[in-house]
Amino acid sequence: MEDNSSNYQVFVVNNAKYLTLTTTKYDRRKKYQPSDPKEVCSIIPGSVIDIYVTPGQQMKAGEVLLTLDAMKMYTKIEMPFDGVIKSIEIQKGDRIPKNTVMITLE
Amino acid sequence: MSFKRNILDLRKRKKEAQQGGGEKAIEKQVAMGKKTARERIKAILDENSFHEYDLFVEHTGRDFDMEKKVLHGDGVIIGTGTMYNQPVAIYAQDFTVAGGSLGLMHARKITKIMDHALKMRVPLIGINDSGGARIQEGVNSLAGYGEIFYRNTIASGVIPQISVILGPCAGGAVYSPALTDFVFVVENISKMFITGPSVIKSVLGEEISMEELGGAMVHSEITGNAHFFAKSEDECFAQIKKLITFIPWNNAQKALKFPIQQPLIKKNIEEIVPVDPHNPYDIRDIIKAVTDGSDFFEIMEYFAKNIVIGFGRIQGNTIGFVANQPMYLAGVLDCDSSDKAARFIRYCNAFNIPIVTLEDMPGYLPGVDQEHAGVIRHGAKLLYAYSEATVPKVTVIIRKAYGGGYIAMNSRHLGADFVFAWPTAEIAVMGPEGAANIVFKKEIDEAENPAEMRKQKIQEYKDKFANPFVAASKGYIDEVIEPSETRARLIHSLEVSGSKVDQRPAKKHGIPPF
Repeated sequence: MEDNSSNYQVFVVNNAKYLTLTTTKYDRRKKYQPSDPKEVCSIIPGSVIDIYVTPGQQMKAGEVLLTLDAMKMYTKIEMPFDGVIKSIEIQKGDRIPKNTVMITLE
Repeated sequence: MSFKRNILDLRKRKKEAQQGGGEKAIEKQVAMGKKTARERIKAILDENSFHEYDLFVEHTGRDFDMEKKVLHGDGVIIGTGTMYNQPVAIYAQDFTVAGGSLGLMHARKITKIMDHALKMRVPLIGINDSGGARIQEGVNSLAGYGEIFYRNTIASGVIPQISVILGPCAGGAVYSPALTDFVFVVENISKMFITGPSVIKSVLGEEISMEELGGAMVHSEITGNAHFFAKSEDECFAQIKKLITFIPWNNAQKALKFPIQQPLIKKNIEEIVPVDPHNPYDIRDIIKAVTDGSDFFEIMEYFAKNIVIGFGRIQGNTIGFVANQPMYLAGVLDCDSSDKAARFIRYCNAFNIPIVTLEDMPGYLPGVDQEHAGVIRHGAKLLYAYSEATVPKVTVIIRKAYGGGYIAMNSRHLGADFVFAWPTAEIAVMGPEGAANIVFKKEIDEAENPAEMRKQKIQEYKDKFANPFVAASKGYIDEVIEPSETRARLIHSLEVSGSKVDQRPAKKHGIPPF
């Protein structure tokens, strides 16, 4: 076993501090970010087929905002609550990854 | 007279079929740093022991001009042979023949040798090197995959199944290895994924190389799909040959007994472990201090390094070791380490291999990512696997055994046959630092000097609970032993467990938290 002691890090479990090494997977973990209900995000990667709203538009919960083509299925993205469209962050034809902010609301 | 003509004709036909995809294709295979399918089989089996079947099988493709093509052996070699003079069944996909693509007859050959392996109760070794489904054969190639997966599942826990990934293994093809017991991968040669880089690029616009997406190290370190990583095919074959010495030929047998050897570690065993429970050491040194010849064959060396699993021998008999690794992440339990250990415990149980657990862990890894990744259901796998196992189960608590982790790491309460503790063992609901904050919250909050009071109370808690004697007084551990006695205690406890019978209620199967 090679000497790794210079790489030891302090690792806290239940208030106790342990000296230890970390793993690649542990180092790559993402910090938790609480989701903002005012951001409409993609939950699956896909292509934007059409956008039906413009900034400033008053919308009711359940009304359709846009259509996303994901995994060979046209998915309609709906307004989560009554509100106003603040901004549109995508364009028709865009290919977007998962967790992309598509529309912001107020 | 006519016999001779027939024999010469047979020899000619054999020679032609054994060329696989022909010289050019073989040159290409070699240029990629790969051995041919036939060379691989020869390298794994005993010399001159291989016998091939279905050499003259032809494919059944009748569309897209496939009827005009000759695919020797339909891209896969099947047969039987021996390892250490014991029978094994083997198949190897031949990438030089239509990229090793899987059509109906290719799959039929594989299922034929699988059926044989199961019936004869011998290990099955599958060498994967295939571009995937033969698209020209349509649903027939999907049917072929399904029939392989079904047999992998039926044979699971009856005969050892070993998958060797020596080329691409993509799409549906990856599920056969995933259903087998051990997956071997080789750097720069093995590639496994469900959707390849080109599909990911076309759908997401994300660019990633095959090696970064599903190369050997990714599956060894990140996904946990692979159990053994090697830098070359030769190293990989040596690993297979070593693994096979530790496991029985089927679930009705025990692993071969080897001549007894003393451990080679000369160091005093207690010098390996720092007395301060906050300082790390390599748990593998403890395993090597108790195994015959200090030999420890680690499995999944790179994945979830905070737990160590693998085989060693005690008094010549194969033992499965499960041990927390304080060197990585302080040895905590988490989703991946629970998963890794639980599957190994079930392997040992299915194949009559006693389990020795070495415990030194501060609890479960805290964090939103762990909770949201389902550490409850993954952690439960470990409880399930230990409780379910009926092979001899022995635990040695070295230092920390806190909280849920104490229960999970083969405690008496989950059915351990013997539990030993070193005098440095701390068996408690949590470490002194955390416990003092809760138990003595009022005293600490109200003290003139809270920091000083806290220190005092931690010490008080340490004196009272940070030892093995409270658990010993209840019979939860059988004996507090001196570290130097560890090997002797393991030898004795495993010897007296040799005829263990542990009956369970009849059932089709349990419902583990998969």
